Amino acid sequence: MHEMAVCQGIVEIVEDEARTRAFSKVKAVCLEIGALSHVAPEAMKFCFEAVAARTIAQGATLDVVETAGTAWCMACSRSVEIKRRDEPCPDCGSYQLQVTGGEEMRVMALEVD
Amino acid sequence: MCTVCGCGDGKASIERGHDHPHGPDHAHDRRHDYGDDEHHHHDHHHHDRTRGDPGLLDCDAGAAGQTIAGMTSDRIIQVERDILSKNDRLAADNRARFRADDVLAFNMVSSPGAGKTTLLARAVSELKGNFPIGVIEGDQQTSNDAERIRATGVPAIQVNTGKGCHLDAAMIGEAYDRLPWLNGGILFIENVGNLVCPAGFDLGEACKIVVLSTTEGEDKPLKYPNMFAASSLMLINKIDLAPVLDFDLARTIEYARRVNPKIEVRSVSARTGEGFAAFYAWIRKRAEKARAASLSAVSA
Repeated sequence: MHEMAVCQGIVEIVEDEARTRAFSKVKAVCLEIGALSHVAPEAMKFCFEAVAARTIAQGATLDVVETAGTAWCMACSRSVEIKRRDEPCPDCGSYQLQVTGGEEMRVMALEVD
Repeated sequence: MCTVCGCGDGKASIERGHDHPHGPDHAHDRRHDYGDDEHHHHDHHHHDRTRGDPGLLDCDAGAAGQTIAGMTSDRIIQVERDILSKNDRLAADNRARFRADDVLAFNMVSSPGAGKTTLLARAVSELKGNFPIGVIEGDQQTSNDAERIRATGVPAIQVNTGKGCHLDAAMIGEAYDRLPWLNGGILFIENVGNLVCPAGFDLGEACKIVVLSTTEGEDKPLKYPNMFAASSLMLINKIDLAPVLDFDLARTIEYARRVNPKIEVRSVSARTGEGFAAFYAWIRKRAEKARAASLSAVSA
């Protein structure tokens, strides 16, 4: 359940921001999670509640924006969108794809009081 | 629980003592800053009840009456930070140390039972005469694997992750400190047997090597694509059993290259030794490449 470790990373970022940017309550944590990253947004929400308990992030909601997976198709020589890693190029059916985006896991913004 | 290594709740440990400093950048120390349990619990019970959310401690009330100059409520703070940036930073430190020591580090990943330890025990005993070798073993519990490696005469450190499902860069930094100097040699890191979680955690390795055994079936790369996408080499182990199992090698390779067109493949049998010469040749090629890269970095 590596989502626990990932959520721990989120809480650490929130705590770090709280030190430098003076706030006492976090209402929402806005995340950007790539479609090809190694976490499932639903599992993240479940874990976050447990990990955030008794920290400044307690009770905050997780707003997840899922970003598309993109890859460079070597056969078509252009960028295409894919939903999963085992998908072929939607245009030519080739598996010669180099993933170029959609692996990121980022805290984008905090809604704080 | 300490988030660097999982210690504290007595769940994770690195062999031969556990004496890393629990300084101010250690997460559980920080937690105590905010913990303030007594304050939060104490006399806010009725708030919880009136809100109808018994699982929520009312942190809002704690801030009552406090105002910070220049602060308005409901602010949006732009952050834009990678969630695993702390691990990535520590992994970069490890990578720099390995480069400085001229150590080639491999992060070995697989599902449980693929034969990583047997494979490593054979490899290290056959390679130990050529250059220094060290092994870091990751398991939730027991020191069995490190003991098997030490029985070959090669130094090994066991990291027990407790409830953790993967090794992280901090654990590797600490375990590496406990190994003898491996100058000019190889560090094998045997990750926790798990094809999911270790994919996302950089340890500072030169590359990941995924071990897939013939008993697991051909479609593992499709079922666990992130791990095969993150690996540079796929070692297909227990190849001696392939005829008995009707294992389709070509199809396994095809599936792996669907998720990672660049992945290299070698077939081995840790039991018979078949294919190990080709695996060692791959290691030598990789070492030459790493050395050439660091030489050109120095001369640049």
